[in-house]
Amino acid sequence: MSVEVKQGQDVRKIVRTFVEEQGNEKAELIPILQEINGKLGYISDDAIKELSERMNIPTSHIYSVATFYRMLSTEPHGRHVIQFCESAPCHVVGGRLVWEKLEQELGLAKGETSRDEKWTLLTTSCLGVCGVGPVLIIDNNIYGNVTPEQVPEILKNYE
Amino acid sequence: MAYFRSHVLVSVDPICVEKGAYDLIDTLQDELVKQGLVDEVQVLETSRIGDPATEGPDLMVYPEAVHYANLSVDNVPFLVEEHFIKGRVAEQYAREIAVDTDEELSTPKAKEVRIVLKNIGEIDPLNIEEYIARDGYLALGKVLTEMTPEDTIQEVLDSGLRGRGGAGFPTGLKWRFIRQAEGDQKYMICNADEGDPGAFANRRVLEGDPHSVVEGMIIGAYAAGSTQGYVYCRAEYPIAVRTMKTAIEQARNFGLLGENILGTDFSFDLEVRMGAGAFVCGEETALMASIEGKRGEPRPRPPFPAQKGLWEQPSNINNVETYANVPQIILKGAEWFASLGYEKSKGTKTFSMAGDVKNTGLIEVPFGITLREIIFDVGGGIKEDKKFKAVQTGGPMGGCLPESLLDLPMDYEALGKAGSILGSGGLVVMDEDTCMVDIARFFMEFTQDESCGKCTPCRVGTRRILEILIRICDGKGMPKDLDTLRYLCDQINENSLCGLGKGAPNPVKSTLEHFLDEYEAHINEKRCPAKVCKSLIRFEIMDGLCTGCTLCARNCPVDAISGERRQTHVIDPDICIKCGICEQLCPYDAIEIK
Repeated sequence: MSVEVKQGQDVRKIVRTFVEEQGNEKAELIPILQEINGKLGYISDDAIKELSERMNIPTSHIYSVATFYRMLSTEPHGRHVIQFCESAPCHVVGGRLVWEKLEQELGLAKGETSRDEKWTLLTTSCLGVCGVGPVLIIDNNIYGNVTPEQVPEILKNYE
Repeated sequence: MAYFRSHVLVSVDPICVEKGAYDLIDTLQDELVKQGLVDEVQVLETSRIGDPATEGPDLMVYPEAVHYANLSVDNVPFLVEEHFIKGRVAEQYAREIAVDTDEELSTPKAKEVRIVLKNIGEIDPLNIEEYIARDGYLALGKVLTEMTPEDTIQEVLDSGLRGRGGAGFPTGLKWRFIRQAEGDQKYMICNADEGDPGAFANRRVLEGDPHSVVEGMIIGAYAAGSTQGYVYCRAEYPIAVRTMKTAIEQARNFGLLGENILGTDFSFDLEVRMGAGAFVCGEETALMASIEGKRGEPRPRPPFPAQKGLWEQPSNINNVETYANVPQIILKGAEWFASLGYEKSKGTKTFSMAGDVKNTGLIEVPFGITLREIIFDVGGGIKEDKKFKAVQTGGPMGGCLPESLLDLPMDYEALGKAGSILGSGGLVVMDEDTCMVDIARFFMEFTQDESCGKCTPCRVGTRRILEILIRICDGKGMPKDLDTLRYLCDQINENSLCGLGKGAPNPVKSTLEHFLDEYEAHINEKRCPAKVCKSLIRFEIMDGLCTGCTLCARNCPVDAISGERRQTHVIDPDICIKCGICEQLCPYDAIEIK
């Protein structure tokens, strides 16, 4: 995704395309927000305003939905998004130590984005691959059976 | 039917997909076209083959049963040339396959009975014909041609099938309510929002045998008088969403969905809806709000969904596993189903085992089996032969049960009485190294995070519990905290709006009941018996064991360790951050946690 696309007219055009594709029924709001989030990396104010006009839904309602679901974001993220599974099966097989190592390596707390905009550190709900916990996802890559020692190595793969 | 000399089964396990399994399939297909082999070699998708983490993407070639692992698109031309043109095994990519490599679902163990899982790993989920070849849609045919809706309801009622999502409400009764409810449009909904951490049975059913769910839903719709259905699947399961969509499309093409199903005057259609990451959406009223495009917040019941559900119309919600049982009940009869199981819980239940048990993964066992049989006979016991401490059943709203309750028969009532729930069948096994206060704190963090915030007992009450638990883990607990915790647990349980809030105190309540000594050790002696809570432990170097190799001192991130070479080292407790690096590194096991 390019940075230019995140601003102004382009955003409005993208939103319009999604609304045309999916229809402007209220039930389509969440699927459309997912598409926008996927395309732009987050749901910007411009996107919410355009969506409100196209779907005849108040911006307040759209904002309330966009902030409710974990997979939707109203804040821009870093170039790489790390999602750590914080569920019990990962916790009991040593997840906490991996999480602490991540925080320490990146100097970030949960939900934060690094100053150079390289990393965003998030937690995720259970991904259902509990057999190989602890589990973390960077962008779309799943890492299973992660140990604290592996964390620096895994991070090195990303520019 | 076309005849192929070879079948290539490519694993589309989630991890393999992330590693490029679909690119591999596309490239393979292109290469086969290029080499003119497309009529001789068929490429199919399958669930897990080898260990996806170390061997994916991988594939099997049949009938030779050769397993190729760690493939990338660049290997494809060579592989096709060697194996399919020259007819020899490309040794450099071939890997021996262990008998049991599917870590999630192994071959059935003794004491297992598979109804819901019977097709998984055995058929191509993306090919409806393979499902049909295993008696698929036969039950639907029987229902539509030989049975009235009321017969169907009675059969399901007689079987004793109860909701597998955890609440355990009789399925046939639910369907009867919808049938009798007044409304222009009745909806049939499948709850595939399997959010309980540690539960992944529904994912495997959706990914491995989607048509069993589709068929169960059509039968339910016929019985309840519905013409439109939705499968609400969590977005964390992208592959399940895809297989489900494909299954629906294929069923439509075969005249099994849509107008006039199988030439009768019954019509029904299905659509997949995706969640966007909210645990509470597994609650039925929240789920319906989410389908409508709103925040997934629960609302008070009554009115129940059977009266006013989706878009204010009568709606029926069942779980994935519930629907998947239905075709088998119709085919083999209510009596057969009711012969399996225990007292008021009939049939089988899938359990997803995780944590410190040797065989993690999915199992399916008849109700009435004991926890001990599940953990020690089917699960193989505790990892590294440590001591069993507790098992949490039913996900984050379930209780933690101790050794003394292991002979409990698994069914809805017995678990309820013991202060836990069956839930969606998650089982998290914990060994002696687990601190139960820390575990209670952990689950409270989860419910705090996932509480939608609508009702006060859940939003504020769980926060207060969490604060107290954090305090106890930090060694600042007070004796009166225990009574406050008990009071809060009861208040939250009685006054919350939905199952999330009502169940949230269970982990705390059950640990208070069964592991009170651990709470007391934290509060009165400022000691963590399992040596987990950092504020209550200290690291010490043992004189006599330490050789003064300096390894710990060099690796300590805060320079808390000092000592001369070849002399016993010392840790300064005021500087030590208790990261545990020294303990992991010490080659002489000279560092002890006290």
